[in-house]
Amino acid sequence: MFWNTKIECMPSEELRSLQYRELKSLVNNLYSFNKFYHDRMKAENVHPDDIACLADISKLPFMYKQDLRDNYPTNMFTASNSEVVRYHVSSGTTGKPTLVGYTRNDLGYWTEALARSLTSVGIGSDDTMQVSYGYGLFTGGLGLHYGAEKVGATVLPAGTGSTERQIELIKDLGVTAIACTPSYLVHIGDVAKKMGIDIRRDTKLRKAVLGAEPWSDNMRKHIEETMGVRAYDIYGTSEMAGPMFTECEERNGIHMAGDIVYCEIIDPDSGEVLEEGQKGELVVTMLKKEAMPMIRYRIKDITSIDNEECPCGRTSPRISRISGRSDDMLIIRGINVFPSQIEYTLLRIPQLAGHYMIIVTREGALDRMVIQVEIKEEAFSDKIEDMNKLRAYVEAELKKYLNIAAEVELKAPGELPRFESKAKRVIDKRVF
Amino acid sequence: MTDGSIITQLSIFVNNEPGRLAYIASVLKECDINMHAFNLAESADFGILRAIVDDPEGAYEKLKAKGVIVRKTDVICVSIEDTPGALFKAADAFGKAGINIEYGYAYSGRKESVFYMRVNDPVKAVQVLEDSGIRLVTSGEV
Ligand SMILES: [Zn+2]
Repeated sequence: MFWNTKIECMPSEELRSLQYRELKSLVNNLYSFNKFYHDRMKAENVHPDDIACLADISKLPFMYKQDLRDNYPTNMFTASNSEVVRYHVSSGTTGKPTLVGYTRNDLGYWTEALARSLTSVGIGSDDTMQVSYGYGLFTGGLGLHYGAEKVGATVLPAGTGSTERQIELIKDLGVTAIACTPSYLVHIGDVAKKMGIDIRRDTKLRKAVLGAEPWSDNMRKHIEETMGVRAYDIYGTSEMAGPMFTECEERNGIHMAGDIVYCEIIDPDSGEVLEEGQKGELVVTMLKKEAMPMIRYRIKDITSIDNEECPCGRTSPRISRISGRSDDMLIIRGINVFPSQIEYTLLRIPQLAGHYMIIVTREGALDRMVIQVEIKEEAFSDKIEDMNKLRAYVEAELKKYLNIAAEVELKAPGELPRFESKAKRVIDKRVF
Repeated sequence: MTDGSIITQLSIFVNNEPGRLAYIASVLKECDINMHAFNLAESADFGILRAIVDDPEGAYEKLKAKGVIVRKTDVICVSIEDTPGALFKAADAFGKAGINIEYGYAYSGRKESVFYMRVNDPVKAVQVLEDSGIRLVTSGEV
């Protein structure tokens, strides 16, 4: 089943020439009308005329998350306020968040990508889909919501939280498909069991579209064996639009729709483009974006690419399961967290000494983040309620800036490890 | 006013990890610090050891030199042995005088059982207790 057979099954040669035409006009446009990218191309001494074939994309300068931050909020936008119809906000690497904007067409392509993806895993108008990603500033909820509506599924916008209620709804409404983080689905399975509900026997839930955090084939096996739910990987970041692309029924990589995104794999250190099949850092160029173009954006996820036509008939390149990051970003309960954000928040609290450790574990199916902080000597009080107040304050500040709950442990000055060269402040004990 | 009615307590920050309290105890021993009374207030991640010692000034310097996080706190002490109800009377008098007891702990010493109190205004608290005829245990007696 295809949503858009013509594009999805377009012969590879034709697809590549389509990509070239899109790239060429994108670069021309940006060079002429976007100050940020014009300056960057000038600085690298590249002119649109230098782009004479698809491979010439490697001559173009990279874009980084830092660029989004430096141009916060809308300096990088190439659409006017009257053309922008939505914002989403994710956490940045330090204090400032990352803002992304969408024109009506941008939302259209995002939804189109999801319609193709959901169709490719067999989700359609006969399905009832529960969207258990966060709604709001996070892209997951609204993205999947409109994608599922587009294919005609009945959408249940459950959002996150109230797991018992979500399970009751799955049962009562005959929900057949769910979109959420893999760990949340495992949690749903655990809670259902405690409620005496067997997902396989007592519900109609059969498909899950899982993403927003790293997971593995082991976890897929666990989900399928314990819940009888077929699980598919979904990929996409807010800079691209949001979660967009999934595996097909073959489950041999995520189909990255070639008319929407051009993918490269590079060596994260040298920036050189790697051969097909080699593992490296994913770089994306969004071919259709209007409000906020992304050219050779360094997404920092580690994967490899496969251009072979898939047995399903789709010709779009496939990327393998994300195997890690080329930076230190953590994903906690589906939320991106940069240690630099944590540091930024802690350094603004005068009672703290600046030394900290981040310890991440998984308890049951859910991530737990403990942040150990050293207090300054003068912040020590003989009154335990003063200390408890300080801890609660640090937790509230972290919650405010990270948008995720972290537990704080207060430590005496000098108690936490000191690092002479590269600090290793993150201990991630999770097994995916 | 320094008739010894105000007692210097040492408050020590103890990380809640196995062996930390034992370590602090060994430092106290090493520094020859003689404890008359102590109390441990605990939270999930740390504890606060409050100790009444001989020569708090000297002990404070020694502990600081060892890198221990320590703070001096003024407390007052009443006997709860010779006048039953003394604690109630003290609390009542404090309430009327607008003095808050921030925390307190009982300790049965060699001679008598006493109650140490951390209050928001120790000087005024001493006055209030004296006016109410409640005997204060002085630093010389602990
Ligand atoms: Zn396929």
